[in-house]
This record gives sequence, C-alpha cells and structure tokens, in this order.
Amino acid sequence: MNELLRRILFLPEQASDYARQVDALHYFVIVTTMIGAAGVFLAAIYFFVRYRRRSESDRTPHVEPKAIHEILFIGGPLALFLLWFAIGFPQYVSLSLPPDDAMDVYVQGKKWMWKFAYPGGPNAIDRLRVPAGRPVRLLITSRDVIHSFYVPALRIKMDALPGRYTQTWFNASRPGRYEIFCAEYCGLSHSSMLGELVVMPAADFDDWMAQQRRGLASAQDAAPVPGEPVRPASSVVEEGRRVAAEQGCLKCHSVDGTRHIGPTWTDLYLRDEKLASGKLVRADEGYLTKSMMDPAADIVNGFQNVMPTFQGKLSPPEVAAVVEYIKSLKTPAAGSGPSEGPVYESVPRK
Amino acid sequence: MSETTATAAPSFLAHHFESLEKQTHAARLGMWLFLATEILLFTALFTGYAVYRYLFTPDFQAASRDLATWIGLVNTLVLVTSSFTVAMGYGRAVRGDGKGTRALFLVSVLLALVFLGFKVVEYSHHFHAGELPGRLYVSTRLQGPGAPIFYALYFLITGLHAVHVVVGMTILAVIGLRAGRGAYTREYHVPVELAGLYWHLVDLIWIFVFPLIYLI
Amino acid sequence: MNPSPASELQGYNPRNYLNSPATGLKSWLTTLDHKRIGVMFLVAVTVAFALGGFFALLIRLELLTPGPTIVDAMTYNRLFTLHGVVMIFLFMIPAIPSAFGNFLLPIMLGAKDVAFPRLNLLSFYLYLAGASVALYGMVHGGADTGWTFYTPYSTTTTTKVVPILLGAFIIGFSSILTGLNFIVTTHTMRAPGMTWNRLPLFVWSIYATAVIQILATPVLGMTLLLVAIEHAFGWGIFDPARGGDPVLFQHFFWFYSHPAVYIMILPAMAVMSEVVCAFSRKNIFGYKAVAYSSLGIAFVGFFTWGHHLFTSGQSTLTGGVFGVLSMFVGIFTAIKVFNWTATLYRGSISFTTPFAYFVGFLFFLVFGGMTGIALATMSLDVHWHDTYFVVAHFHFIMVGATLMAFLAALHYWLPKITGRMYPESWGLVAAVMVVLGFNFTFIPQFLLGNEGMPRRYFSYPERFWALNVASTAGASVLAIGLVIVLVYLLVAIRWGPVAGANPWGSRGFEWDTPSPPPPENYETTPVYTHGPHEYHEDPEPPRHAAPEPKHV
Repeated sequence: MNELLRRILFLPEQASDYARQVDALHYFVIVTTMIGAAGVFLAAIYFFVRYRRRSESDRTPHVEPKAIHEILFIGGPLALFLLWFAIGFPQYVSLSLPPDDAMDVYVQGKKWMWKFAYPGGPNAIDRLRVPAGRPVRLLITSRDVIHSFYVPALRIKMDALPGRYTQTWFNASRPGRYEIFCAEYCGLSHSSMLGELVVMPAADFDDWMAQQRRGLASAQDAAPVPGEPVRPASSVVEEGRRVAAEQGCLKCHSVDGTRHIGPTWTDLYLRDEKLASGKLVRADEGYLTKSMMDPAADIVNGFQNVMPTFQGKLSPPEVAAVVEYIKSLKTPAAGSGPSEGPVYESVPRK
Repeated sequence: MSETTATAAPSFLAHHFESLEKQTHAARLGMWLFLATEILLFTALFTGYAVYRYLFTPDFQAASRDLATWIGLVNTLVLVTSSFTVAMGYGRAVRGDGKGTRALFLVSVLLALVFLGFKVVEYSHHFHAGELPGRLYVSTRLQGPGAPIFYALYFLITGLHAVHVVVGMTILAVIGLRAGRGAYTREYHVPVELAGLYWHLVDLIWIFVFPLIYLI
Repeated sequence: MNPSPASELQGYNPRNYLNSPATGLKSWLTTLDHKRIGVMFLVAVTVAFALGGFFALLIRLELLTPGPTIVDAMTYNRLFTLHGVVMIFLFMIPAIPSAFGNFLLPIMLGAKDVAFPRLNLLSFYLYLAGASVALYGMVHGGADTGWTFYTPYSTTTTTKVVPILLGAFIIGFSSILTGLNFIVTTHTMRAPGMTWNRLPLFVWSIYATAVIQILATPVLGMTLLLVAIEHAFGWGIFDPARGGDPVLFQHFFWFYSHPAVYIMILPAMAVMSEVVCAFSRKNIFGYKAVAYSSLGIAFVGFFTWGHHLFTSGQSTLTGGVFGVLSMFVGIFTAIKVFNWTATLYRGSISFTTPFAYFVGFLFFLVFGGMTGIALATMSLDVHWHDTYFVVAHFHFIMVGATLMAFLAALHYWLPKITGRMYPESWGLVAAVMVVLGFNFTFIPQFLLGNEGMPRRYFSYPERFWALNVASTAGASVLAIGLVIVLVYLLVAIRWGPVAGANPWGSRGFEWDTPSPPPPENYETTPVYTHGPHEYHEDPEPPRHAAPEPKHV
C-alpha cells in the first residue's frame, strides 16, 4: 500500500524510517483532500444539473444557513487541519533532536559545490559517504550566499546560512546512492550544485574511514577543484591547528595546560567555565564559536577582556576547524612534527 | 447645477460628496490611515534596530553613548515647540484668523529649519569621525561588529525622519501661505487640520527616535 | 434609476463616461472619473500580464529539455525573476482592485466617485512610474535574484537589481493610495440605506484587501529600499560578513509578502461572490460568514509569515506557532468554498462563460488551498520547500483562482464597462481551453515537487524530463486559450452587440445604471432598502433621495 501510493504520487524512495513516517502523513493528507474535494465537486455538479435555469425570470428562495451548517463547515475542516498539524509538528521537531551518538559531518555550501568534512577524517567534495543504520548529524554552513542542503530520498532539507551553523540529522536505513540538491537559489549554477549521498553498509564505511585516516587519500573523493591549491588529504583537526597558529591564537591560549593570557585549550571542550558574571557555562561548540566571534560577551572569571574578535577574519570552515582542534586537545599535545591526527571518539552531549 | 451661497466665499464642497460634513469626515479618515502607513514604515526600521540591538548590545550601547545627547535633547525641544506652534496656528484657523495661522506656521517652519541645522552639525561630525554605515565605517574608536550596523540604522532612521521633516515643512509653508491669503474660513479649515496632523506625526516619530537611539 | 425612458435602458447609453464630459487623450490623462481610471488600469495590467506571460512561455520552452534549450543559465535566471516581479507587482496585486475595484466600488455603494479622485489618478501615475523604472531595469538585463530577493545573494549579485527594487517600491505607493481611497470611500460614501450588512460582498472583500494594502505595503517598501541601499552602498544590514542577519531579511520580506498573497486572492473571492449569485439567481448562502471571513483572512494572514522560513534554521517553537496560525487562515477560505457551493442549492443556474470560470475557480481554489494547508504541516514542508510543489501550489491559487476570477470579471462586467456583449460560444470554448491547459501545466508540477525537483532550476536530471514536457504542453494550450479570449474581447468591444443595462438580469446594485454608465453614475443618489442579489421576489426600482444636495 505504501509502495503503491508512493509510486502514484511520484515520491522518491524512502531511504530512512523518518521518510516513511513523513510519507504516511502525506498519504493521509492527500487522501483526505481528495475525498473532501470530491465531496464538494459532486455536490456542485449535482446542483448544476438539478438547479439549472429554466427561465430568465426564475425566482429562488432566500436561503439562510442554520448554525449547524456553519459549525460543520468551520469545525470539520479545523479539526482535520489541526490533526495534521499535530502529526507533522512532532516529526518536524524530531529533525532538530539528533541522538547523542550521532556522527558529525560538517557541510559547507559554496557557489556551486558542497564540501564535506569529517572531524578527524577526510574532506570531500560533492560526495558524502555515511554508514547505513547509524545516525548522522549535519552541521551546515555557507561560505557565501544562502544555499539549502536537500536530500529528497530522506525528506530532509536545511538552509546553509553564511556566518552561522544550522543542523539537521538523519539515519539512512538502506545502502544506496541518493541525490543531493541545492534548494535555495544561489546564482548562475544553482541547478548544477548537485551532490551524491552514498550510504554504505556500516562495516564498509568503517573500513573506508580507517583508510582515509591513515592518509591513504583516494583521489576521487578529495579531488581538488581546478584552481584550488592542492593540499594533501589532511584532517580538519590539522587544519584547525594550522589556523590557530597562523591567526595568533596560540600566543594567548596554551595547549599544554599552562595558564596564560587566555584560558588554556587543554581539556577545554565541555569544561564548565565560570564566567566573570558568576554564571557557569559549558564550553561546547556554540560557546567556542561565540568566543571567537564575540569574545567580550562571556569573559571567563579571572581573565581580562582583551581578546579581539575574529568575525570576518576567519571563514566558517576555519572556525569549525579550530573548534575541532580544541576538541582534540584531551591530553598535552606532542610538541613538534606533523600531528598523528588524534583518534576521533563520539563526544558525549548534554 | 451649482448654486452660490449668499456670501462671496466659494463653496468647498466637491461634486462627489453629499455634504461638507461627510467630506470633512472622509478627509480626516484618509489622513489618519495615511499616518498609519507612515508609522508602519518606521516600525520596520525600529524593528530592525531592536533586533540588532539585541544581537550587538554592547556595541550599540557604546555607540549610543558616543552620540551628542545634548543635540538630541535640543532637537526634541525644538520639535515639540514647533508642534505647539502648529497647534496654536490651528487654533487661529478655527477662529477664522488666516493671518495668525500663517504667522504661527512660519514660526514652526523656522523651528524645523533649526532642527535640520542641528542634524547637519551632527552628520558632519560623524562624517569627519568616519562613523558611517557598513563598509564605509572607518572610525577606530568603536571596534565591535555592531558599530557599522548601528550607524547604518542611525542614518536610515534619522535620515528618513529628516525627509519627513522637509516634506512637513513644505506642507506647513504652503498651507500657511494659503491661510494668510484667506483660503480657509471659520467653517472650513480642514487642510490646516490635516497639515497639523502630519506635523504632529513627524514630531511623534522623533519622540520615539530620541530615546531609542540617544538615551538607552 | 435615472429618469430615462425604458427603451433607453435596453440600448446603449448615449451620454456615458467614455464620451463625457470630453473625449481625447488629454481628457483621459487628466481624468478624475474613477471609471476612466479603472479602464486605464485595466489596459495597463493586461499589457503587464502579456509581458509576464511571455516570460513564462520562454521559461517553459527552456524547460522542455534537461539541458540548455533556447537560452543560457544567466538569461534563464533573469527570466524567472522578471516573470515573478512582473506578474506579482504589475499584474496580480493591482489587477482586480485597481481595475474592477475602481470601476465598481462607487457604483455599488451608490456614490458618484471615490473619496479622493485626485489621489486615484496619482495612484495610476505611480503605477506607470514604477512600471517604467522596472522596465528600464529589465531592458538593461534585469535582476537574477528571484522575485524574493533573498540576501546576501541579492546584495552581491552584479545584475540590475536596484531599478527593479525601486520600481516595486514606487508601485507599492500606488497600492497604498488605492487601498486608502477604498477604505475611506466605503466608510463615508455609502448611499442612504446602505448599511454594512447590505454591502455587496465584492465591497467587503475589496475592503479587506485595502486594509492589507495599507498595513503591509509600507513594510515591504522599507525592506526593498534597504536591499537597494545595501546593494548600492554596502551598508551591511543583511550582510553576514558585516554582522548583518540574512534571515532578518526573510522575516521582513515575508511579513509583507505573505499578506500580499491575500491581496491577490481576496479580490478574486470578491468577484466570485458576485458571479455565483448573479449566475445562480440566488442570494449568497451565509452572507455574514462570507463577509467576515474576508476580514478574518486579512487579520490572521498577518501572523503566518514564518511558514516561509521552516527550513531557515529558526527555532522549532517559532515554526510551530506559525504553523498553527496558518491552519486557521485556511479555515476562512474553507468557509467561503462551502458557502459558495451551498449558494447553488435551489438556485437557477445559467452555465455561461463567467460561471464556467467560477467552476474552474472553485476547483482550483480547493486544491490550491488544500495544498497550502498541506505545506503548513511542517514535516511535509521540509520535503516540499523550494520545490515545484510550492510553485504548483501558488500557481493554482494565483492563476487557477485569481486569473479565473479576473477572466470571469472581464466577461461579467464587459457589458457594463463597454455597453457591448462578447460572443458566448467563443467564451465557453476559450474557458474550456484555459481550464484544461491550466490543469496540464500545473498538475505535473505537483508531481515534480514530490519527486524532489527544486525550483529555479535551469537544468535538471533526466528523470524529471517527461513531466516537464507535459507541463510545457499544457502551458501552450493555456496560452492559446488566453489569446483567443483577448481577440474576441477586443472584437466585441468594438463591434459586439449592444448589451443594454442588465443583460444578465443580475440584482447586483451596479446593474441599476445604464450601460455604459454616465460620468456621475447616478444623477440622484439612490436609497437602499435591502441587500443585493435578492431573487425571491420581483425587482423593485430603487428609490432616490430627493431633493439632491447642491454641489459645486
């Protein structure tokens, strides 16, 4: 039945349980609409015939509605509409509540391609590989104008906004290849901004990821765009370390626990920091990002308000990379030489 | 079709209105609706100011403190006084004293010029200090990202208000001069009333602008 | 009724607004007669519709193949932007209110003109001025932002955004002044006996439209001005690189543009309330419900704009509030649909061209409205947002409902406006083509949206090909039907048979004047003793106030 309706309505395959649930609501709405519309039209057609004009001087009775008519006309549809809302709203809310063990992927839309980055893993352009049966959280931003990340098969969509992160999540139940579209007009090649979601069996995905981390870059995924400087497959964390060094962060923030001009980054992630105002704040991604953009807002107790803002100086992926670097600083980092790329663990959320 | 009344004054009744009373009522209703649209125009800007103030509170507070509040205060007093003289001018019109209306309306126009003069002083100060909107912001005093946005909204709101002051002044001048030439009578002086209403709105908007931008 | 001999009422009124008080171009360009202004608007919006329709045809031709067909991507992006801008700002918003509203409102109220005739003429010139500025922009390449001008794309693109924005800004003032005029006219110029509960339903809906026009348009004006300033001078209100918030633009924009869609549909409902009564010779079922639901749409419609931002990263609570309110706004339309259908019960139905368009209107409003409710069911919107499903939804309403109403109005009131009648058989043939063509154009687009085809796509994956071809085929039939309408209407205006004062036997109040009406509408002010469209007893001629007050 599900399959029959899905095909009649030209809906794409249902690549997740969520998609199946949304389609169930879709069927309910469509079928009820058709029944209601048929009722109206059959009544109208019956009236056209039964009450067709017999003469130009026909008189017609003055008909007034009874209260029950208006109550039915208003109450009936209203109850139905609110029922649909009551089913759809929880589904919508669920999209903003990723499970704690969801794997993060950073998504950056830019004219006219999608860039993906796994914390502790490789970067990719236009092709997003994910494991089947495991939740994946997407942290989405844009490099320039508003884009929108849309996977019809999963029934999910979320705008990519410049200067901000949005999130959505999914759990693809079936391996397969699914289209990714950009769904917010962004200029000349908006309709070429296509991507591919590759859902792999979980074991295959783990193998692939391990391969990537060992630096065996498979050229096809990390193939640079013509004109972009070629960088060997590096992790987001490594990128963050580089940015932090270049931007002067390490002048004030130590990575070995030493207290300096600013709070140390060692073990900073998810630490409960006491602010000058006395409030306690947990140093999660949001707080770390905010500290870079608006450092004067939440000063940690005991430190001076001397940090400059990096708004406009760091691009969103650079900000994300620094955040990932901070997250990786669980133990004193090795001093020199290329970092080994720390092992990524699912980070617990509140 | 037309029948002249006993006096020499021309009839003010337009052909499509049944009575002068209806015409006056329509004119007033029309003016109030127009004022409502003007309020909505500024509401859009005030909403934008409120949103960005929430997002950039320290920057907006600092920039607001930086403004010359005394100029804002003087301007407020000037504008309120001009509203008072306009009301007095309307009072003259009710008594049929067109020349009195003209005199008082011209005083209001002069006060409005004083207002604009102060605004010129303020604006030129900002220009010299580099406190300009968006990418034109080159001042080094306030560093936060909210400062250019504050100035963008500052110039938009006060600039749009100044445009309305100029329009209002023109209306007051025209109506005042016509009143002086005896165009309105004790029985019919609706244009004077409408001009006064417009000016009071211009004043009222400033009474919101002043605390919003200068004081808080 | 003017004290004219009965024979004159059957014929063509010799002293009418078209030839009195003067003829010649100058007398038209400086006219204060609401009927002439209405006719000038009618001509202007028809030209605008033809232009917007031409852009639409080019779009559909381009979409005949998955890759480039007749234009390149940049041109295509400009085409859909201009199609939207022209259709919405130059046609949909002014068409029924400024053309038919202007012509009919005073007559229906028993008045001689609108409250502010000079403001009315100014409204027309503002329309022309705004259209000219926008046209200048179009000639120089036009914008490529989509009619929604989302930032920061619209503030950073190099195309000619500013003239298009300024054109829309100027036309906004035309809309505001028309709305203001209509509200004051309705409040202050009703003839004796015309209580609010005896107002023609056309007036109720036009009044509700006017309320939205004056409250919402200033906000749009400000928003477009801000975008123009940011584009030209870089002031950074909506630019994230300068601390601005691009989603704030969306809130400002949709605060107007959602009520704007009710500006587009309420006048259509206004027309249909008249047509259904006239062509079923029946009083409306539930006058109060239909009248007040117009106000309900206007009021609640102001609080639903956030349903355009369900995927913009706003909080789910905010989204939920807007979702629920959107459900309520749909109820008012449902009330009207049921009441119009129930009006047919025990009526005397004449299936002529205006009624044929009513049937199409009903069909398309039900589906267009229901798909709107479906879109407001938030999880469904996540899939459908910015796909062809939304495009199909709003075309069902704007073309399927409003355009049908515009066509119905043209046919119903052509005899009153021109004194001549159109050929009925051609009317029905064209109506069938328009309705069928419309179905084939837009039903495939619902399915394309389900499939996931995003909107504003110049090229598309091959699996969307067949439905796109079907849609273009339907568009061709629709276009031919509309051209047929234009041709026979032009012929009828010049050479059609004389219609007489009331060829339809309608009991709407505007039919109490001769066709075409004299410049002053009524020589003596009528007095009303009941509401319009009462067909349960024989008609009595309306009384007239005596003596008539003297005017300049």
